[in-house]
Amino acid sequence: MKFTWWKIASILLLIYVSIAGFMVRVPNPPGVPLQQSIRNLFFHVPMWFGMMILFIVSVIYAIKFLKSPSPKNDFYSTEFARTGIVFGILGLITGAIWANYQWGKPWSGDPKQNGAAIALLIYMAYFVLRGSFTDEDKRARIGAVYNIFAFFMLFPTLWILPRLAESLHPGGLGSEGNPGLNPKDSNVQMKLVFWPAVIGWTLLGVWITTLRIRLQILKEKKYHA
Amino acid sequence: MHKIIRFVTLLMATIFTTSLFAQTPQATPAPTDFMHSNGKIYVVVLVVIVILTGLFIYLISLDRKISQLEKD
Repeated sequence: MKFTWWKIASILLLIYVSIAGFMVRVPNPPGVPLQQSIRNLFFHVPMWFGMMILFIVSVIYAIKFLKSPSPKNDFYSTEFARTGIVFGILGLITGAIWANYQWGKPWSGDPKQNGAAIALLIYMAYFVLRGSFTDEDKRARIGAVYNIFAFFMLFPTLWILPRLAESLHPGGLGSEGNPGLNPKDSNVQMKLVFWPAVIGWTLLGVWITTLRIRLQILKEKKYHA
Repeated sequence: MHKIIRFVTLLMATIFTTSLFAQTPQATPAPTDFMHSNGKIYVVVLVVIVILTGLFIYLISLDRKISQLEKD
């Protein structure tokens, strides 16, 4: 096994985040009842950042596939989308846990919750669609086209509509600009944990994805041998 | 059938262990070491680190196995 720099970076960053994430002093402004649960910023929010980055890589490989069809591009595109879905599901679950104690119930039909759920369902349909083809070539090609559609559905579901509606999440109605983070709830020390967390969790997702890609390549070799 | 028996056994084991916690806690002086400070938050830190370490070991072993397959 090759211990590339980014695998080591992922391990070190996540260990740092898991320690500093609990040690760092968090602001407890009056009127914001988050208290210590704001530390979820280092674990729940990076799931969404990771998901978006993995989906972006996925769509890049889908476009690459359409430009030059090769099984490798198809594997990359599929597996990055798969890990992205895993991150998204973890984001939904951790969000529901947090919401249960912050907003009183796990699912409040918050625009960001709904949007994220719709986006994930669209990506799950990607795998349903792929599964419905027996012909590998067709599956890869139509899958790649659908992948691009699924990616562009992220714009309304995650990046536009939640910003326009009133939300329980920080931000909303464009008043604070950012639909996920409220600058008032965080400080510089927290950002020094948050951004390493985003990078660390994303690298972990990439690591898992590369394992699955290598597995797919091995499977294909075995199948065609 | 096997699965049902296993499930029931697991369920019973889970239920019966709860009675083990039903004793009244002994009034011992609260320890004041590092792990008990700050509302025992370091216990959670340790748990997270253990889970993370376990996950990484699992991931590395998977990576190794796939590398081995790739060599053959």
